[in-house]
Amino acid sequence: MASPQHPQASQQRLALGKALEELATKLSEHLKGVAAKVEADKRSMVINIEVDRSRILEAAKILNNLGFDHVKSLTGVDHPDKGVIELMVHIGSYSRGLKRIVVILRSKLDRKDPRAPTLTQIWPSSEFQEREAWEMFGIVFEGHPDLRRLLLPEEFEGLWPGRKDFEIPTRKAGEVEEPWK
Amino acid sequence: MAASSLAIEEISKELIQTRDLGVTEEGERLVELQIGPTHPGSGHMRIRVWVDGDIIVRCDPDIGFVFRTIEKLSENRIYMKTIPLVERPSLLDTTPMTIGYINALEKLMGIEPPPRAKYLRTILAELTRIASHLYGIGILAIFLGHSTGFMWGFGDRELFVELANQLSGARITYAYVVPGGVRRDMPQSFPDNVEKALRYMERRLKDWYKIFLNNPVIEDRLREVGVLRKNDAVKLGVTGPNLRASGVDFDVRVADPYEAYDELDFMVPVAEEGDAYARTLVRFEEIKQSINIIRDALKKMPSGDIIHPQIARMFNPLMKKIYEETRRVKFPGIFASLKPPKGEATARVEAGRGEALFHIVSDGSPRPYRFRWTTPSYRNVILFKYLVTGHRLADLPAIYGSLDYFPPEADR
Repeated sequence: MASPQHPQASQQRLALGKALEELATKLSEHLKGVAAKVEADKRSMVINIEVDRSRILEAAKILNNLGFDHVKSLTGVDHPDKGVIELMVHIGSYSRGLKRIVVILRSKLDRKDPRAPTLTQIWPSSEFQEREAWEMFGIVFEGHPDLRRLLLPEEFEGLWPGRKDFEIPTRKAGEVEEPWK
Repeated sequence: MAASSLAIEEISKELIQTRDLGVTEEGERLVELQIGPTHPGSGHMRIRVWVDGDIIVRCDPDIGFVFRTIEKLSENRIYMKTIPLVERPSLLDTTPMTIGYINALEKLMGIEPPPRAKYLRTILAELTRIASHLYGIGILAIFLGHSTGFMWGFGDRELFVELANQLSGARITYAYVVPGGVRRDMPQSFPDNVEKALRYMERRLKDWYKIFLNNPVIEDRLREVGVLRKNDAVKLGVTGPNLRASGVDFDVRVADPYEAYDELDFMVPVAEEGDAYARTLVRFEEIKQSINIIRDALKKMPSGDIIHPQIARMFNPLMKKIYEETRRVKFPGIFASLKPPKGEATARVEAGRGEALFHIVSDGSPRPYRFRWTTPSYRNVILFKYLVTGHRLADLPAIYGSLDYFPPEADR
C-alpha cells in the first residue's frame, strides 16, 4: 500500500533496517540468557526485548552500559484475558550512533499482584513515570524512593483506572451532580 | 486561597499558604510554602517548597490539576476522534502532536503521505514552533517583571497564529493532519504572507535581543541560575531546548527524521552553559532556524496530491469535485470505521518543548487497544525536584519560566 518512493529514500531505508538488525543481533548477544526474545521492528525503528520479571534489573544494567541512558516512557498494558499486565519501557539514548533507536523493554507481570523492581537506581528519569504506572495500573515498584500518586487527585476513589476493567463513572444527559446535598 | 489578581512576578504572601515546620535535626528552621495551584503563570500546578530563610531546601512539584485522561479516553473513541484529543493538552504547539499520532497510525496502516502533504505538515509544525517559543518567552518575561516582553511575545505570536489560520482554517486547534495527508492545500497568497511575516520576525528578533536578551537586568536574573549539567540532563531524561542548552546535541528532527525534515536545510542550536539564560538563548536561536526551515520548505515544496491516492480513490463524486476545485479533503466513510491491522507502532516527534513519543497498540478493532503518549513537559517536570534546590525563592519564577513548562501538556 506504500506510495511510490524516491529511490534514494528507499535505499536509505534499507540501510537503516540493516543497521537496526545488526544492533538487534548485538543486543541479543549481550543479553544472552537474560532476555527471552530480542526482535527488531523496522517499521517503527524499535527493538523489542522481552524479559522475565526476575531479570528486569539485569537487562536494564546491560542496556545502560551499552549507552541507552534514559527512559522515554514507562507504562503498563493491561491484558485481562491473559491475566497479565505488560510492563512496557521505552528506552532511548543521547549518545552518538544510538539516537535513532528506541529499545522497548517488556515484561509480563501477574495481574493479581503486579510487582517489578524499580528502575530508578539505573535510570533516574523513570522516577515520575513509575509513580504514574503505579497509580494507573497498580504496578508496585519495589525499592522506589517515593511511590505515591502523581496525576490523580487525593480524593479519587476506585482502583487502577488504567486497567481495562475499570468502570468509568458516567452521567446521563441533564443529570447534575449535587455535592451540596 | 486568595484570587491571583496581584502583580504576577511577585510571589505575594496572600498567594502562598505557609506552614512552619519547626526546627530540623540539622538546626534549620524550615517553612513549607505552597505555590499554586491557581498559578499566576501559565497554568495549573502546585509547587511545594521547603525553605530555610529564602533558600529552597526541598521542592516537590504536584501536578495533575489539569489531568484529562487522554490515554483512557482514546481507548473508547474511534481513531479519528483522537486527533483533536491529542491537540487539547498541548494547545501551544498542536501540529507536532497530531503529526506524531498520525505517524504512528500511518505506520500501522502501512501508508505514507504524498510529498506535498509532508511539506505542508512541516511548515505548519514550524509555524507553531515559533508561536510556542514566543509564548514561552512571553511567560518568562512576565515572571521576571518584564511586561514589555510579555506583550511583545504575545503580539508577535499573533502573526504566526494568523498564518496557521490561513493555512488550516483554525487559529489554534487545527486538526490539519489526517491519515494519508492533510486537510487542505495552502491558499495562493500564503507564501507571500509567510515571507512578509518572516521578514518582520527577523527584524523583530534584533529588537528582542536589544530589549530582552542583552538587557542587564534579564542577564542578572538568568545567568548562572538553575544550572543543569550535561550529565544530569542525560540522567534525568530531560528533553527539548532544555537538553540542548546543557550541551547535548539531540533533536528528533535530525536524529530520527520524519515528514520533510531530512530534505530541509537547518541547524540545531546547542549551548554549553545549561543555565536559564542558555535555555532562553536556545529558544531564540530555534526561532531563527524555524524561519530558515519554513523558507526552505516553501522553496522546495513539490506540487501534486495532498492526500494518499488510496484514500482519494474512495471519494464519492461530490468529494472528488470539491477536492479538484478547492483542494480541500472531505473525509470518506472509511475514516469513521478505520481499522488498522493488529500490531504496534511507535513514533516520535520534536515538539516545541522537546520530544514526544507515541505508541499505539492495535487489536484490529476501530478503537486503539492502548495509546501511550509522553509529552516533553511530562518528562521535564522532574527538573523541579532536582534543579531548584539550593536556589533562592526569588529564582524559582526565573527557573520555572526558563524551563518553558506547560502544565496541561504534562498532565495530558
